[in-house]
Amino acid sequence: MGAKTWATPVAWLGRRVIRATSELAEFLRFLKEVFHWTFHRPFRVQLIFSQMEFIGNQSLNIVLVSGLAVGAVFGLQIGAVFQVFSAENLMGAATGRALCQELAPLVTAILLTWRAGSSMTAEIATMKVNEQVDAMEAMAVDPVSYLVVPRFLASLTIVPLLCAVFIFIGVLGAFIAGVFLFNVDQGQFVEKITNVVAPRDIWRGLVKSFVFSGLMAAICCRYGLRASGGAKGVGKATTNSVVVTLLAILAVDVVITYFQIVW
Amino acid sequence: MIEFKDVTKSFGQHKVLDRLNLQIPAGQITFVIGKSGEGKSVTIKHIMGLLKPDFGRVVVDGEDITDLGIDEIRQYRRRFGMLFQHAALFDSMTVGENVIFPLKEHVKMPEHEMLKRVEEVLTQAGLPGIQHKFPTELSTGEKKRVGLARALVSRPQFILYDEPTTGMDPLVSEMIDELIVKTSQEEKNLTSIVISHDLKAALATAENIVFLYKGQVALAGPPEAFRSSKDPVVRQFFAGKVAGPMEFL
Repeated sequence: MGAKTWATPVAWLGRRVIRATSELAEFLRFLKEVFHWTFHRPFRVQLIFSQMEFIGNQSLNIVLVSGLAVGAVFGLQIGAVFQVFSAENLMGAATGRALCQELAPLVTAILLTWRAGSSMTAEIATMKVNEQVDAMEAMAVDPVSYLVVPRFLASLTIVPLLCAVFIFIGVLGAFIAGVFLFNVDQGQFVEKITNVVAPRDIWRGLVKSFVFSGLMAAICCRYGLRASGGAKGVGKATTNSVVVTLLAILAVDVVITYFQIVW
Repeated sequence: MIEFKDVTKSFGQHKVLDRLNLQIPAGQITFVIGKSGEGKSVTIKHIMGLLKPDFGRVVVDGEDITDLGIDEIRQYRRRFGMLFQHAALFDSMTVGENVIFPLKEHVKMPEHEMLKRVEEVLTQAGLPGIQHKFPTELSTGEKKRVGLARALVSRPQFILYDEPTTGMDPLVSEMIDELIVKTSQEEKNLTSIVISHDLKAALATAENIVFLYKGQVALAGPPEAFRSSKDPVVRQFFAGKVAGPMEFL
């Protein structure tokens, strides 16, 4: 009896582990295919540029608004704490560092997953359920080469740039909050930032953003290509891709942050 | 000629093709018919190299394609054109971009010659001058014809039609059937394979019919062989009756 009550949760856990492992193995095989087509002909430059326009240009407004808001709000929060210790001059430095190393890459990735990643999944999933992906294969065109690689490369190129924009505009938001609400001296604000925030901090953030963007494009495209079951399947694939991408980004963020701090 | 030699394919416990032996002659219109779930689409996927048999061989023009590698199979698929059940046109592209797609991917020729070829096949499909339109602006019948133009544009050796008239009204169905015959006559040495439930169309259009039942060929031959067949399963299928020896799962 005792063995039986233990067996069910253990079996459930075992099944989960096996499923997760096989999903991961499948995803790694998919990534291998993406890398294969990244370095093999045909190189679809026009498609890459079109995706860069979609991911980058069309996401710029949301990145600008969010960057300004996040920078200002974070600046306000930090400023309120620092004011207790009469150290509000340091709010720019603290906000700048947090933006560079963590906030900008993470929030940009979340925004881009929500706006561009979900769209990637929905578009490819719709093509999949309407047999357009099958048609592509029937015409001897590899869907990974045609649909995934341009989105993957465009994301790798554009998302770190958007992250850089986010950092800049976030610092501007913090500057506005600091100078106009906490009466921080403009020169002090800039001086503390340049003293505390090193190029290495910006570089760390951009590395994170680069990894997040690759993850986002790969996971979202993979969910699109695996979709089935009509409109409901497209919706399910889109929701799942966003959830899984965000969880994966958070998990990878912990790992990268650990290594960046240790090394 | 396309040959299936003892081809067996199962999905889980369900055996879809059971030692299937089949011959599809070159240069003819062959209809592959059978009730739903009898392996018609699985057969077509084996021909395209989209599925591999569990056992047996698929031989095309004397070449065994069963174990071809991924690059070889992609090269092999260039010999095919395929018209999908719902045309499967790319929504984000215009008609012209859809039809030119296989040429841009695989054929090295000047752009103006490609455009000329696109106009040629669209005219052949009865839709000249609609290159600028998007698939959403077309009727179902027009989409099918654009799909056919796309399948033909790179002058394939084989053309596969997956349920070309399913869900169509009788007029559009007849028009598509006529187009299949016209295309077969106009394109030299074109082997047409049609997956269909449409018995009337098969008898009127096909030069060769293959009837699949329980994963095997129940009867194959010209339409006359089917009209005169005394096989109870064939008779039941042609009569469209539920009562009879045919098993329904």
